[in-house]
Amino acid sequence: MKLKHSALLGTALAGLLASSIAGAVEEQFIGLPSYRVGPYAAGGSGVFGGWIDYMQLINERDGGINGVRLTWEECETEYNNARGVECYERLKKKGSTGNTVFQPVSTGITYSVLDKAAQDKIPVVTIGYGRTDAADGRVFPWVFPLITTYWSQASAIVNFIGAKEGGMDKLKGKKIGLLYHDSAYGKESHAILDKLAAKHGFELTKIAVAHPGNEQQSQWLQLRQLKPDYVILWGWGVMNPTALKAAAKVGYPREKMVGVWWSGAEEDTVPAGPAAKGFTAAGFNVAGANYPVVADIKKFVYGKGKGNMEDKARIGSVYYNRGVVHGLITVEAIRKAQEKYGKGKALTGEQVRWGFENLNLDEARLRALGATGFLPPLKISCADHEGPGVVKFQQWDGNQWKVISDWVESDRPLVRGMIEESAAAYAKEKGIKPRDCSKEG
Amino acid sequence: MLYREAGQFKSSYAEDGRIFPIRQDRVGFTLLMLVFGVAVPLLANEYWLKAILTPVLIFSLAAIGLNILTGYAGQLSLGSAAFMAVGAFAAYNFILRVDGMPFLLALALAGLAAALVGVLFGLPSLRIKGFYLAVATLAAQFFIVWVLVKFPWFSNHSSSGVVTAQEVSILGYAFVSPEAKYVLTFLVVAVLALAAKNLVRSATGRAWMAVRDMDVAAQVIGFRLMRTKLLAFAVSSFYCGVAGALYAYTYIGTVEPEGFNLDLSFKILFMIIIGGVGSILGAFLGAAFIVLLPILLDNLVPALFGDALGAGFASNLQLIIFGGLIIFFLIVEPHGLARLWQIAKEKLRLWPFPH
Repeated sequence: MKLKHSALLGTALAGLLASSIAGAVEEQFIGLPSYRVGPYAAGGSGVFGGWIDYMQLINERDGGINGVRLTWEECETEYNNARGVECYERLKKKGSTGNTVFQPVSTGITYSVLDKAAQDKIPVVTIGYGRTDAADGRVFPWVFPLITTYWSQASAIVNFIGAKEGGMDKLKGKKIGLLYHDSAYGKESHAILDKLAAKHGFELTKIAVAHPGNEQQSQWLQLRQLKPDYVILWGWGVMNPTALKAAAKVGYPREKMVGVWWSGAEEDTVPAGPAAKGFTAAGFNVAGANYPVVADIKKFVYGKGKGNMEDKARIGSVYYNRGVVHGLITVEAIRKAQEKYGKGKALTGEQVRWGFENLNLDEARLRALGATGFLPPLKISCADHEGPGVVKFQQWDGNQWKVISDWVESDRPLVRGMIEESAAAYAKEKGIKPRDCSKEG
Repeated sequence: MLYREAGQFKSSYAEDGRIFPIRQDRVGFTLLMLVFGVAVPLLANEYWLKAILTPVLIFSLAAIGLNILTGYAGQLSLGSAAFMAVGAFAAYNFILRVDGMPFLLALALAGLAAALVGVLFGLPSLRIKGFYLAVATLAAQFFIVWVLVKFPWFSNHSSSGVVTAQEVSILGYAFVSPEAKYVLTFLVVAVLALAAKNLVRSATGRAWMAVRDMDVAAQVIGFRLMRTKLLAFAVSSFYCGVAGALYAYTYIGTVEPEGFNLDLSFKILFMIIIGGVGSILGAFLGAAFIVLLPILLDNLVPALFGDALGAGFASNLQLIIFGGLIIFFLIVEPHGLARLWQIAKEKLRLWPFPH
């Protein structure tokens, strides 16, 4: 009896030992401050679903990044700053090396954790939102507003309209209406569009829509009187389908309406029904499931029943693909950092920061990842934490988004000038001495 | 047994009128202060200080503010978050625009600015009551947030409308660490809560309660309605304003109008309903309940159910449980958590010989 007992104990111990050896596989922890309830749940569930699916793909298909498996934990923020701060604090010490990157997908939370993350040495990555002037990496070493910012986007939209008209000089005397969400987010468009209006000589009329924006009768009456050549829709949530329906009502052509990337998802057009047909919107990622990277997710993740999306029809939607972009960039930055700090090792936030700063996703790399045309090529440097600042335009054909342009550039010197000016003011206010980028390795 | 007050005699009016007439309460209160004022900052880790305790204290202060107005003076308000916003933006602008502005003075001025705005929006209370007044304060909620977005001067022309709160420093000491920020918050909240407790026991507080119970009767026996009601609005907004400034400076670190939306106003209202209307203790209990329960559920639900539920369902389940618990507590004790404590206290005083 006693023998049997000790034998059992021995086996149990051996099992424990084996499992702890198996547990010695290096793991990289990524904290996800997600929002799946609340007013922005439609966007949040898509973005975080795509992001988790991509990380799952790396684990399932490649066995992690050079053998380092990705682990993650979600923390519900409800898109609320206070909850976001709580999530940041809760997640930052998790995993063997702590949280390695924080991507709040909310401008408010970004601002709340900006200073803290620099102290804790955790990079904050904000793709297509957040603090615009953080693109100046000399003042904001820990913040990465990657791919493009609101200012680059506004400039790219004007360039797109100019190209449609047949040249930037044709914009002179044209009337452009800006229908914006009356919030800090909507007003982010003002300074840059004012400058562009002065530069190209078009007339800009700004019309505010109060949150949430489900009542736009007076605004569209005003637009009907104004008869603008184009309307830029800087909307959010229910404001977008309402604007499209109202435009249809007053007979304003949707082909002349250009939306921002928070106006250009299936969630914005489908509720508007046939009224959305012809509407164009900018995006730093495109919709569609016919990219190799999405096909791989379907095969390796959903094929094994490990997918995150409850509604599989949303795979390949704009928000879902945006999440895939988040995952892809995060993974590539970790991969880059491993090249410097040791392949197959779990890295700290400080090391991953280096990976983001030296990220270089060229066409060849994107092709290898199966994401050609899915997101723009991206090269980050010490001074420039934004990257290309380009967007693609997609048009809603009544059923789905169709890409109608190549990557459209922004007015880089103008935007970069504004970013540097604003960052310098911040540095002065906070007493930060900008880094000397020639000394960064 | 432990809670017997036998042998404790009051031999002067001062002793009769103290906040805690029973010795055990005084000891308990001192211990509580020592635990939260000394032990907690020494022992608690950053997560607890920064993400749990500091917000509970700040929301308690806001709830005290609303409790003064709604619980004691009987004026229903849905604008608490807006008054917090006034406080936060006032503190930001005072520190930004006045050179060498001491933080504590800025805090007081922020409270005064909020009080001024509060009085302004309290004026309708002289004519309208109950739900109609709630609607009038709802207007304050939307109007103030709109003004703060509309005029970029308030946010110092920040392009995104979100501004970073300056560093807090008092007499050259910079409050950067979570411990320092917590202690600062704790001291401000403790002093203001004690002041509130004394205020509601004074003639002013009695005037508020008289107006709450029946304003015509109060007027007949000589209370000036206008003064009493507006004072309640002023004091209440002062508390909310200071809470807003603390929220920006010792907790979140940023100031943005959208953060102070109607949701937050409702949250503060729920705090006093759950905690106990017309009770300072209730404000603390309610704030703790409303702040901590969602965090607890967020930790608990995934741990209990794991991946069995979809992530979206798990998040929604938390809200369902949260709402269910609120209803449960309101059915079990409609007068709030503070009343539960009071009942427990009465039982304890007789225990173990209830007859």
